[in-house]
Amino acid sequence: MALSNELIRQKLIDKFGEELTNWEEPYGMLTFSATKDLNLKVLQFLYDDKELQFRFLTDLCAIHFPERKGEELAVVYHLHNLVDNIRIRFKVYTDINTPDVFSATALYAAANWMERETFDFYGVNFIGHPNLKRILNIDEMEYFPMRKEFPLEDQTRKDKDDEMFGRS
Amino acid sequence: MSDHVILPEGSLEKQTTTLNLGPTHPATHGVFQNIIELDGERIVGATQTVGYIHRAFEKIAEHRPLYQITPLTDRMNYCSSPINNMGWHITCERLLGVKTPKRVDYLRIIIMELARISDHLICNSIVGVDSGAYTGFLYVMQYRELIYEIYEEICGSRLTTNIGRIGGFERNFTNTAFEKLEKFIKEWPIVLAEFDNLFMRNRIFMERTIGVGPISAERALNYGFTGPNLRAAGVDYDVRVHTPYSSYEDFDFTIPVGSTGDCYDRFLVRDQEMWQSLHLIKEAYKKVQEFKGEEAEVFHADVPDYYLPDKKDVYTKMEALIYHFKIVMGEIDIPAGEIYSPVEGANGELGFYLISDGGRAPYRLHFRRPCFIYYQAYSELTKGGMLSDAIITMSSLNLIAGELDA
Repeated sequence: MALSNELIRQKLIDKFGEELTNWEEPYGMLTFSATKDLNLKVLQFLYDDKELQFRFLTDLCAIHFPERKGEELAVVYHLHNLVDNIRIRFKVYTDINTPDVFSATALYAAANWMERETFDFYGVNFIGHPNLKRILNIDEMEYFPMRKEFPLEDQTRKDKDDEMFGRS
Repeated sequence: MSDHVILPEGSLEKQTTTLNLGPTHPATHGVFQNIIELDGERIVGATQTVGYIHRAFEKIAEHRPLYQITPLTDRMNYCSSPINNMGWHITCERLLGVKTPKRVDYLRIIIMELARISDHLICNSIVGVDSGAYTGFLYVMQYRELIYEIYEEICGSRLTTNIGRIGGFERNFTNTAFEKLEKFIKEWPIVLAEFDNLFMRNRIFMERTIGVGPISAERALNYGFTGPNLRAAGVDYDVRVHTPYSSYEDFDFTIPVGSTGDCYDRFLVRDQEMWQSLHLIKEAYKKVQEFKGEEAEVFHADVPDYYLPDKKDVYTKMEALIYHFKIVMGEIDIPAGEIYSPVEGANGELGFYLISDGGRAPYRLHFRRPCFIYYQAYSELTKGGMLSDAIITMSSLNLIAGELDA
């Protein structure tokens, strides 16, 4: 039987019950979230289950929601079942002061650099990651630049000597 | 346990040599560094450093309206920027719920497949260069030029194309564009066949590439490989078939797959994909020619809120001028929504994860860059091989620094 969003949802609810929340289907992609200590259990279940078989990690990234107190950072996994050709999106939210999320590197080798990138830009601390250091930014950087509190440079600023760059 | 003695750093008898390959080594074809650990000439480990041309596209995109993001996508995989541009426009169209006319879809397929050919062509001929055969590279470059001339005729630029609009193209294809396309369709197969003759059964080339940098299907999937590199390992995953966009479902084409995932298979898969792309271009062109009367003039969907008005009207009509200004400056808010939209880029699944909160710019935009994801397997691919194999493996993966770093 072909896999459908309803079936995946039913299987997940049977397994995890009320732990999974925020069920949505934006543009047809099944989306849900879980508490952050459950992320590996959910991923493992999605990977191992004979019918679900979500064995391909398409994408892993984070989002910053400064106004959501206690769950400012969301880590988003896009998973793909290549047999039935169906995609799902799975999110875990974490507090920005203790951004500890379990690493998925043991399950997906692809998660290695994607988690490093997420750490680099959002400061999500992936527990169990073999080599969690910055990847695209310089090692000496002291902040996480994709967080919303860092705006781009004000185009109209006057305090900088920009003569050499044509912005005098 | 063996009686292996760990020698102190710097001692003369130290078993391995550290070699710094890059960031500006001519053989890396891009700005990234590899610190290779060598035992004699055999590689025991490789550490990649990336990020030398990181330009914070995702951060910039959070401050820009939709059209100002298109030029950013150009600069990711700059060997096939039209695919990136159209992938981005398709993402926007899906978010906005725009349905494009069939003629637009077919024209897009022509352009995207041309881009795929130019990208694969570079990659395959560079594999040739790195194995010592410069001729193929020089010979086929003039035919990439023909592709660039077609781009030029359509959008005015060549490398970073910024081609198309949300809903279609900026203008209809001119007759010159179609003439250039016909010239390409006529001349290209002859050259590609010659290129195949140069390499495919060339003993030296085969010796240099067979069994070099192999990966199993299982590992490739686990590493998140997509595109030709995954198909060379034997998995027939192609976004054009699995998640069709731009009416690819209307076409009948073959997905070439390899079996060993080594450099030779990657070369062959790319080569066969070029033939398939040519087939797709011919089919799409045939379908484009079937449109008659008014239908044959359609080159964009009706999306007045996002499709830039005709330049002639912008100069002469007040309303068009206002709309042009509003669209360019991002005065029209994007509807709220969350979408992941993939296209088959030349290197694999190029995904756009767009979250809009209803403002003028995306709340968050993440690019799934295939290069970035599969480059992490490089250490595993090269381990145990020779130094010269590492160079070929790197070029046969088709690493594009712009896409790697975004």
